[in-house]
Amino acid sequence: MNVITIERKILEKNDEIARVNRELFQQRGVFVINIVSAPGSGKTSILERCLERLKPQLEISVVEGDVQTDFDAQRVARFDVPVVQVVTKGGCHLEARLVQDAIARMDLSNVRLLVIENVGNLVCPANYDLGESLKVVVLSTTEGADKPLKYPTMFRNARVLLVNKTDLLPYVDCDLDELRENALQINPALEIFPLSAKTGEGIPAWCDWLLEKSTARP
Amino acid sequence: MHELSLAQSILNIVMEHASPQQIAAVRCVRVDVGRLSGVVADSLDFCFTALVAETPLQQSRLELNNIPLRLACADCRETFESEGDVFCCPSCDGSRTTVVSGMELRVTEIELVEEAEEAI
Repeated sequence: MNVITIERKILEKNDEIARVNRELFQQRGVFVINIVSAPGSGKTSILERCLERLKPQLEISVVEGDVQTDFDAQRVARFDVPVVQVVTKGGCHLEARLVQDAIARMDLSNVRLLVIENVGNLVCPANYDLGESLKVVVLSTTEGADKPLKYPTMFRNARVLLVNKTDLLPYVDCDLDELRENALQINPALEIFPLSAKTGEGIPAWCDWLLEKSTARP
Repeated sequence: MHELSLAQSILNIVMEHASPQQIAAVRCVRVDVGRLSGVVADSLDFCFTALVAETPLQQSRLELNNIPLRLACADCRETFESEGDVFCCPSCDGSRTTVVSGMELRVTEIELVEEAEEAI
């Protein structure tokens, strides 16, 4: 037998494009968040609340990733912010190439915050770098406090955890302290914001954090 | 879910490293798969087999080398293995740990049968 030694990363093409994206964002001074969660955790609802609040103070653009339909882009467009919908047609995650194509269709010159809403999935998006500044994972109280332990890669790779649907805490078996403990066990550096897109509770704190990061000069 | 595109990337890497004459002689493609790489080994294997069927690579198989998750503690310098559920240091309970290995997803080797061996 003849052996050829290779040592090549399987995701190297994605990582290379992500690096190009990141350089572009840094040059333009754009703060980029990649929002990930299971389907139905409330990524778009939280985004709507943030747009409502931050739009007057911050130039924001949005890339919406979905398997099918442009429903989310329509929801975001109501806030009069530039939005590009990426439909993956079955693909379970966004890849750096799709983001590169999306931003080629945008004018980033004055944008301070770019929000990339990933496909609803707690598994695959964890391993695909898009060139973002950081990943924000959303977990809703209805999903249960054990999810950080079940999907460690995602919670390990994220920098921020938004715990959504706190308005439902009286009705569901989700202990916020236990959830926090589980999340920090996987990733002690996680910043955690409990909030409710429904009532608006906790939204100001999260928006303040976003505003500070987006306006801080590197 | 994305194992099919990973299998395609593996094939592309193999094609870049084996000459057109060598492709049919590929018997084994070795891949390191880290504990936190998010890959389902059986699924990757299934997708690879499906992709190479009825191609010059059809006699090749995937050999996956599972890499355990190892973490290093920044406080006491201890390194330890984890099943992916514990990231705090078991020695000093420190939380400033970094991943040493377990994120891998890479093609390491391809093995080719030589013409003489094939004749036998």
